[in-house]
Amino acid sequence: MSLTASRMLPNNNFVGLRQYATLIDNGRWQVSVVNLALFGVLFLAASLVLGFILAALIDQRVRAESLLRSVFLYPFSMSFIVIGLAWRWLLDPTLGIEKLLHDIGLTGAHFDWLIRPDRVIFTLVLTAVWHASGLVMAIMLAGLRGIDREIWNAARVDGISTWRTLVFIVAPMLRGSFATAFVLLATSVVRLYDLSVATTNGGPGIASELPAKFVMDYLFDRGNIGLAAAAAAAATTMLATVAMVVAPWFYWQTRRSRQAGMA
Amino acid sequence: MQHELPVPHGLVRPGAVSLRGVEIAYGSFRVLDRLDLEVAQSEFLVLLGPSGCGKSTLLNAVAGLTEVDAGEIWVGGRNVTWKEPKDRGIAMVFQSYTLYPRMTVRGNMSFGLQVAGIARAEIQRRVREAAAMLRIEDLLDRKPAELSGGQRQRVAIGRALVREAAVCLFDEPLSNLDAQLRTELRTEIKRLHVRLGATMIFVTHDQIEALTLADRIAVMRDRRIQQLGTPTEIYTRPVSRFVATFVGCPAMGFIAGHLVEGRRFKADGLDLSLDGYQALGEMAAGRPVDLGIRPEHITLAPGHPEAIEAPLELVEPMGSDLLAWVRLGTVSLAMRLPAETPLSLGDRLPVMLPASRFNLFDAASGLRI
Repeated sequence: MSLTASRMLPNNNFVGLRQYATLIDNGRWQVSVVNLALFGVLFLAASLVLGFILAALIDQRVRAESLLRSVFLYPFSMSFIVIGLAWRWLLDPTLGIEKLLHDIGLTGAHFDWLIRPDRVIFTLVLTAVWHASGLVMAIMLAGLRGIDREIWNAARVDGISTWRTLVFIVAPMLRGSFATAFVLLATSVVRLYDLSVATTNGGPGIASELPAKFVMDYLFDRGNIGLAAAAAAAATTMLATVAMVVAPWFYWQTRRSRQAGMA
Repeated sequence: MQHELPVPHGLVRPGAVSLRGVEIAYGSFRVLDRLDLEVAQSEFLVLLGPSGCGKSTLLNAVAGLTEVDAGEIWVGGRNVTWKEPKDRGIAMVFQSYTLYPRMTVRGNMSFGLQVAGIARAEIQRRVREAAAMLRIEDLLDRKPAELSGGQRQRVAIGRALVREAAVCLFDEPLSNLDAQLRTELRTEIKRLHVRLGATMIFVTHDQIEALTLADRIAVMRDRRIQQLGTPTEIYTRPVSRFVATFVGCPAMGFIAGHLVEGRRFKADGLDLSLDGYQALGEMAAGRPVDLGIRPEHITLAPGHPEAIEAPLELVEPMGSDLLAWVRLGTVSLAMRLPAETPLSLGDRLPVMLPASRFNLFDAASGLRI
């Protein structure tokens, strides 16, 4: 399909790789890809780190643990459409946080990230992290609970501070939990579409376009099946490439740690 | 002008540990009742007791891993009650090894020292010495997962040794090992104690470990120390029926009966003289008591006028010797005999119970009379 000149309806006019050339030249596509990469890296890193920190804090036997767990996990129970809209209102300068700050007298406050083309993708990251870190926390907490409390005691007697114990001793033991969370989050990056649609609809301008949205737009709104198919194929290829790099690495890692565990 | 008071040599005992009126409770649940304990410099003290008696809690309190609700803990002449574990001059070995799994053996032993900011050369020296002492030099670059249980516990001991603390705490370090390794490592720990002269406090529920290792044993039960004494004292003069049963393998045998006039003990089908039992003060005739005697103290005395004819019920050979179960009145008692003793089931053995070896306990309180 991506090798044809299909517009509104599929046809069989073979055009070779012309659609791909068009795609690569398409500024909107370029923005989409850069956005996806940026979003993916930042979102994964921030969610994993934040989720781990939350789990570590909760693991220190705080009060109201089950309440906090529910609160942090709650965002994950909602769809991206819902939270997208919610954040859209919260971040809308004329409606949400900025308005609130202005109303209580902080007129100098600016909270307009959602409508600034250079910041909007970070706003999406923020929203998605808020959404996902509860899940990461739950996974990490399960992992942390599986660790012998006496490891902490041993580290304490050794004079190793809590954060050092976390970073150098405990976090490396949670490799499996990190991998699980990583895979789960990575799949949500790949299919990211609804958040962008609900929060910004790709805007302002094309500042928060994403490949999945690009495909949908060209497929349905713009009646350009050929280009949409090329975009879909290109996106799939990119993912496959990433997967081909990441999967063997994971495999090797798990195999190595399993071997170590068996010895 | 003020001077710091000079401390007379011999008064500063960097390894002495002292607990004064220590109390610990989790909520309303008492774990330790006002407990006092003095451990001398270079002493090997074993805390022995069944699970839940508070022995591990006591050790954690010394380590600073459990906060006390009342009382004070002193280590090496300093009040460390509210000090962090690392500032107490102690090192600790745990039951589950607690090695840092993603670090090599060398990393496990040196990480704490690195964090403490000790010079690299010094760290290397300490790791080398500890590794040599524990014979784990070949393992320094391995990860814990590649080690056997015994090797892991050696590494954990090594990690404690490099701290060069005056006090070493052991929390059931041998419980996860199989029997042979346990014996091996037990000897090793005793050897280390002799060599280093560090004060050691060792928690266990294994009475053999306690008897073999300890300079003194504190037998704990229900949040308290029931008896504190040398292994010989604990073994030969247990203060309660509980201590008597807990220490010794096979356990002390008991006959329930009561005291009668003329310094005698009566039970179903038995009438024994108590002449020779030292501690028997004023006699309350009719008082119900339990008479305890250890298997090795029952002897064969053919032809002796006071020997009792006792039918042999069962023989358990134990290699170097054997256990013969004989029936006395209504109870079965074990007696330890040389392995080559010719015995056949149903024999009537001339058995001698020497009063000097008796342990009499009040039947109600379980305390020694």
